[in-house]
Order: sequence, then C-alpha cells, then structure tokens
Amino acid sequence: MTAVAAAAGTADRRLARRKRADRLFRGLGLVATGLVGGVLLLILAVIVWKGLPALNLDMFTRTPRGGYYIGREGGILNAIVGSALLGLGATAAAFFLSLPLALFLNIYRSRTSRFATFTRFSLDVLWGVPSIVYGAFGFIIMAALGLRASLLAGIITVALLEFPIMTRAMDEVVRLVPRELLDASYSVGATRLETAFKVAARQCAPGILTGVLIAFGRGVGDAASVLFTAGYTDRVPASLFQPAATLPLAIFFQIGTPYPEVQQRAYASAVVLTVLVLAISLIGRSFSRRYRKTVVR
Amino acid sequence: MRYFLDRSARRLFPLLAGFPGFVVLLIAAGLFFRSRAIVLTRPLSKLLFASAWLPSKGEFGFLPFIAGTMYVTVVAVILALPVSLLAAAYLSECAPRRLRGLAATVIDVLAGLPSVIFGVWGVLVVVPAVGALAGLFGAASSGYSVLAGAVVLAVMISPTVMHIILEVFSSIPASLREASLALGATRWETTRRVVLRKAAPGIIAATVLGFSRAFGETIAVLMVVGNVAVIPRSPFDPGYPLPALIANNYGEMMSVPMYDAALMFAALILLVVVIVSNVLARRVLVRLERRAA
Repeated sequence: MTAVAAAAGTADRRLARRKRADRLFRGLGLVATGLVGGVLLLILAVIVWKGLPALNLDMFTRTPRGGYYIGREGGILNAIVGSALLGLGATAAAFFLSLPLALFLNIYRSRTSRFATFTRFSLDVLWGVPSIVYGAFGFIIMAALGLRASLLAGIITVALLEFPIMTRAMDEVVRLVPRELLDASYSVGATRLETAFKVAARQCAPGILTGVLIAFGRGVGDAASVLFTAGYTDRVPASLFQPAATLPLAIFFQIGTPYPEVQQRAYASAVVLTVLVLAISLIGRSFSRRYRKTVVR
Repeated sequence: MRYFLDRSARRLFPLLAGFPGFVVLLIAAGLFFRSRAIVLTRPLSKLLFASAWLPSKGEFGFLPFIAGTMYVTVVAVILALPVSLLAAAYLSECAPRRLRGLAATVIDVLAGLPSVIFGVWGVLVVVPAVGALAGLFGAASSGYSVLAGAVVLAVMISPTVMHIILEVFSSIPASLREASLALGATRWETTRRVVLRKAAPGIIAATVLGFSRAFGETIAVLMVVGNVAVIPRSPFDPGYPLPALIANNYGEMMSVPMYDAALMFAALILLVVVIVSNVLARRVLVRLERRAA
C-alpha cells in the first residue's frame, strides 16, 4: 500500500467518524425533543385517563354539600365560579395597567431609551417573582387595608401577578408597529395619545388579545398566590368581600384527603382546569394568526 | 381639549412606567417590615444556618428548608439542562421547519399548564415511579421525596429554559454558521464550535433563570416532596422546601408568636434569591440582544 493511499484511508476514516458524531447529535437531539413532547402527552393522557371517568354533571352544577370532603355528594361549582370571577377581575385590572404601559414604552419613549430599558428590566424581575411571594405580599396588603381573605384581595394579588406577564406580551407586539404608521398618524395632526390608542393599539389588537389570554390562563391556574388571599369556601361568593374558592385549590385540597372518592373528584377537577387552560392558550395562539382585518400591512 | 389630554397623559405615563420598579421595592420593603421581629432580634447567620425548627419554643432555624430547596432545585436543573439544551440545539440547528413549529406549540402549552396539574401528575406517576426506583436501590422510600420534586420541577422549568436558549440561538448571525458549514464542518461541529461557544453566556443565563423559576415553585413541589423538616441525605429522602413551608403553615401563622415573621422571612429569602439571579441573568441576555441588534 502506498503512503498516499494510506493517508486517504485515514482521511476517509476521520470523515466517517465526523459523520457518525453528526448523526449521533441529530439522533440525541431528536430523542431529547421527543422526550419533551412525550412528557407533555404523558401528563395530558394521565390527567384525562384518571379524570374523565370521574367527571359528571353534578360537578358543574352543584356546590359541595355537607360531608363532600369525605365522599358525599356535591360539586365544584363554587371553585369554577370563584376562579372565573377571580380571573376576570384580575385580568381586567391588569389590562388597565398593562395596555397604557406597553403603549407608553414604545410610542412615548424611544424604544431603546434608558428609562424604557429599566422598566422592561423591572417587569422581567417581577415576572420571575414566585407566586407564593405574591401571596405573602397580598397578605401584607390585606393586613394594611384591613381586609380579610376575600375575592377582592385575591383579585388584587392575581392582578399584580398577571401584570408583568401581560405587559411584556403586549410590549413584544407593540414594538413591531412600523415607525411609518406612527409618522403617518402624526402628520395628519393626531396627538401621541390618539396615535397610541387609536392607531397603534388597533394595529396590535390580535397580539394584545393574545397577551390578555396568556395572562388570564396564568391567573386562573395559579394556586400559591390565592392560598392566603382569596381563601376557600364551599359557597359561591356573593360579594367582593367574601372569600372565594378557586379550581387549583379545589384540586389541591381534594387530592390531599385520604378518601379515594374525593381524590377521584380531584382528578376530574384537574381535567376541567386543564381543558380550560388549554382552550384559552390555543384560542390565544389562533388570535395572533387570525383577526387581522384591522391590521395595516 | 385634545392637547390637554395628551399633555396629562405625558405626565401620567412616566408614573406608570415607574410602577413595576416600585412594586419590586414595595414587595421587598413589605416583606422586610413584616419579618423584622425575627430578622432584627436574631443574628442572620443563626437564622440561615441553624437547623432547629421549633416555632412554639421560638427557635427558627431555616437550614433544613434552605437545604431542601437547594437540593430539589439543583437536581431539577441537572435533570432539565442537558435535555433542554440538546433539544434546543437540535431544533434550532437541524430540525425541519414543521417540527420546529410543533415544538414551539409544545413549549407554549407546557409552559402554560397550571402548576397544580404538574402536581397531580407527580402524585400519580412520578411518586410511584420514584418509590419503585428507590426499591431497586434498596432504599426505603414512599416516593414522596426530593427526587420526585426534582423530576416534576425539571419538567416545569424545561420549557422556560428551552425558550430562552432558542432565543439566544436565533440571535446568533446565520453568516457565522454558513462560514463554518462552507469550510466543510458538519452540523454538529458547527453547533459545538460556533453556535454553542457564541451562546455560552446566554445558556448560563437561561440556566440561572430556570434555577430561579424552580426555586420559588410551590404547589407542585409541595404535593410530591414529602414535607419533613429534616436536611435530606439522599434523593430518596423527603425534603421541605421554603415555598412549601410558607404554603403549609399560613393557617397557623397567627396563633404562634413570631411565626408570621418567620414565614415572611422565608418569602424574603425567596425574593432575594430570585431577584439576584434574575438581575444577573437578564443583564447577560440584554447584552446579547443588543449585540445581535
């Protein structure tokens, strides 16, 4: 064998090894990706498989009766209504803070000003604050205002929790409004305020709605922040100053009982919450694709 | 009138923009104020590093809870990081476009699931699995353990970590990759020598953010971790993280003296750790983003 052929042989072998490393990387990457997707499917499958058989109409139409938590009859209407009221209230409250802030950050300030950067930075920090800390903080607010655990206290706490999530989601879309569109609006004599709310907000309407839905889903699903603040009750709240039950806590309390019948209901409640949150998130995703008739392109 | 509205809005908006920073300060101040009864009367080192937790005798040693939190969180990051990094690298460097779109949906859905759902899944699947695994290793465990908490947490933080890593990867100029590929490097060599090297600070930042997300997670961990106030010796031992401590004891916190201050102090520890790690990680990410722009 000549030296040249030997050298070519080593080069071939090296190339084969490099190709093998490449294939290994692709294979492992695919496995890792599949693992993440598989875990999601596993979670959804387990929740549905355990919860669906336990699901019945009573759950949606009745509140817990005496002895519900030892397996007697009743439903989780209290938690469904409580979560809906809490989520709607908190999302509405957060919306009135988030929309103006997102518009301000992108239209009043140059998008990269130091002040705007700092505000985004504090929003990111707030986003990272754990919900149990919001719960503790909500508890402090309650003590300061003389409130007891109530729907109102829960709404305030969850609104604080949703606010950074919603603002950052809106900020991402308002950021994309073309400069020319704003200039066109100014040149026909609109003030900044009018440009912000009548031009920019309309241009971003689908994205803003997506942000609202993301925040709503997060607020409805959160348990740790409402533990201290909204309390828990078997009745449907009749006013803002009464405690309110929530779905995540209903699941948490029911699964914590030693009775299999009640745990069954926890699984069924988990199906209700999962379907609710999934629906919200999928609707939110489709909004950002559809409903673009007010969008100038 | 229109000008009046515009001018008043111009005055009001900066206040609004200061609001997030103000809330961060307010939370920190509020927690400190409510925990001062315990912070100011005991040396900090004794609070953080004593392991006796006897609230009725006024002894508050947070070490078991801090150790429990750290143990669960670190194991969760160790489990989540390799899978997230590998999946993110594959998705950004060689996956077909359709798969990439599908993965984006999976990440969004996984990130949006409520933590109590992860908890239910943990109780149904992870806890029995860990119990069986402990049996194989000859350890006595009910399955409610640090490892179960870490597995659930790893699943919860991986969408966050993947999302950030993917964003960092997409901020790396395509021309760098093309240069490497044009020299004959394979996808893997390009990923390892160009993309990963360039993205290293961002990957560390994503890890830190995943860590801080896991550090404060409450309900899901609480449901599977066992909640015994002892420093865990092995992954099959139960642990008692700080968030679980707060959530489990809010009911009694008004009946035992200084208990409320102790719980607020626990929340303060969480807040400080989360703020520090967020500030560090976000600074890295902002710098990367600016470099890419």
